[in-house]
Amino acid sequence: MPQTIKLQTPLTDEDISKLSIGDKVLISGTIYTGRDAAHKRLVELIEAGKELPFDIKGQVIYYVGPAPAPPGKPIGSAGPTTSYRMDPYAPALMDVGLKCMIGKGPRNQAVIDSMKKNKAVYLAAIGGAAVVVAKSIKEAQVIAYDDLGTEAIRKLKVEDFPCIVANDIYGNDIYKEGVKEYKIET
Amino acid sequence: MREIDVKEIIPIVRKLCIDANYYIGQDVLDKIREFYEKEESPTAKEVLTILLENYELAANEKMPSCQDTGVAVVFVELGQDVHLVGGDFYESINEGVRRGYKDGYLRKSIVNDPIIDRVNTKDNTPALIYTDIVPGSQIKLTVAPKGGGSENMSEVKMMKAADGIEGVVDFVVDRVSRSGGNPCPPIVVGVGLGGNFEQSALLAKKALLRPLNESHPEEKWAKIEKEILEKVNKLGIGPQGFGGRTTALGVSIMYKPCHIASMPVAVNIQCHAARHKSAVI
Repeated sequence: MPQTIKLQTPLTDEDISKLSIGDKVLISGTIYTGRDAAHKRLVELIEAGKELPFDIKGQVIYYVGPAPAPPGKPIGSAGPTTSYRMDPYAPALMDVGLKCMIGKGPRNQAVIDSMKKNKAVYLAAIGGAAVVVAKSIKEAQVIAYDDLGTEAIRKLKVEDFPCIVANDIYGNDIYKEGVKEYKIET
Repeated sequence: MREIDVKEIIPIVRKLCIDANYYIGQDVLDKIREFYEKEESPTAKEVLTILLENYELAANEKMPSCQDTGVAVVFVELGQDVHLVGGDFYESINEGVRRGYKDGYLRKSIVNDPIIDRVNTKDNTPALIYTDIVPGSQIKLTVAPKGGGSENMSEVKMMKAADGIEGVVDFVVDRVSRSGGNPCPPIVVGVGLGGNFEQSALLAKKALLRPLNESHPEEKWAKIEKEILEKVNKLGIGPQGFGGRTTALGVSIMYKPCHIASMPVAVNIQCHAARHKSAVI
């Protein structure tokens, strides 16, 4: 049965091993943002043997390019972007300690295999529920690649950021299992 | 002949950009509620509830319902008896977009070239502007901000007449199936048939402007829309791709005559944020 689990970052192997697809997760603590352009730069740093702009061990990367913060708010609307565009980069980041990715939409087999190998998970935020997500973000600060605008890496402080477990460390995939359950053969 | 100063257009386009992003159409809300009642998956029902909550929050807080506030697609119906004065018409539309995206705290999502530099233009211009000359002395402007996630799941296929209606239906359903959870289902499926390679894609986009509570005015086409919708909702993809009955809220077809050798089919996928606002000058 799907359960609701509260998690505090950074995440441990024990936190991650409790999660199964379909579980609701409420994340609190620090998470980092990154999209295609930032991922490309991070992986280039790893390949060059250089240090990343933040300590990635046990960390969470949220695939988002937020809207500008209106006056009085820490961030603008901030729903997830489509994750498959980060598939070419995700395994390299998990190999150096990334524990959790948040986005929307299915991942490829290489990413799923890397999650199993590295004990990492992929959580889905609700695509298009950008104001609901923004409400769980209490602080936002650009920490790298300011030139990328909305695609810069931001450090976010979140409280009860709502997600659903899409891929667990056991190789399960909600995008395959869920569809199988409701498909009507014609 | 009616003279219209192009500068009049700027504040109108500005407002349309903001309103389209803050206030989703009633037709979308009604359709989500209608599908919620029929939905069988508890997870899917929860997702639909969150989407409705999000649209309400966006309107109340005056924030864009989605952070992807899109490329500003602007459809112009320009009355042929209008004489535009006072400057460059398209530049005025772009200035309206510039102001709307700045003043509305909307995301700037346009890069200057697709592959080499990819530097953000920082004001969400240029807009994509499509103009039709029509009888009369009015201008109708429609702003339809289009997100990238669903646009990326769209496709044009040059089919054969021998493929028949069945072939077209299969292609559209297959395109939705291959899109899975990527384009933020529940989606709206725009289909453009006929014309040429390029016109079919524009027809598919224009089809997305039709309110979700309306079907094609011609019965034979309305029937095909219904057939595609039923098939798509049997795929099991469901809201966000987590599984369920609500994969699409609607299917909208537009068609045009075409060459005897051709049968172009375009599928333009639209996420649940089927946003567009219009004004008449």
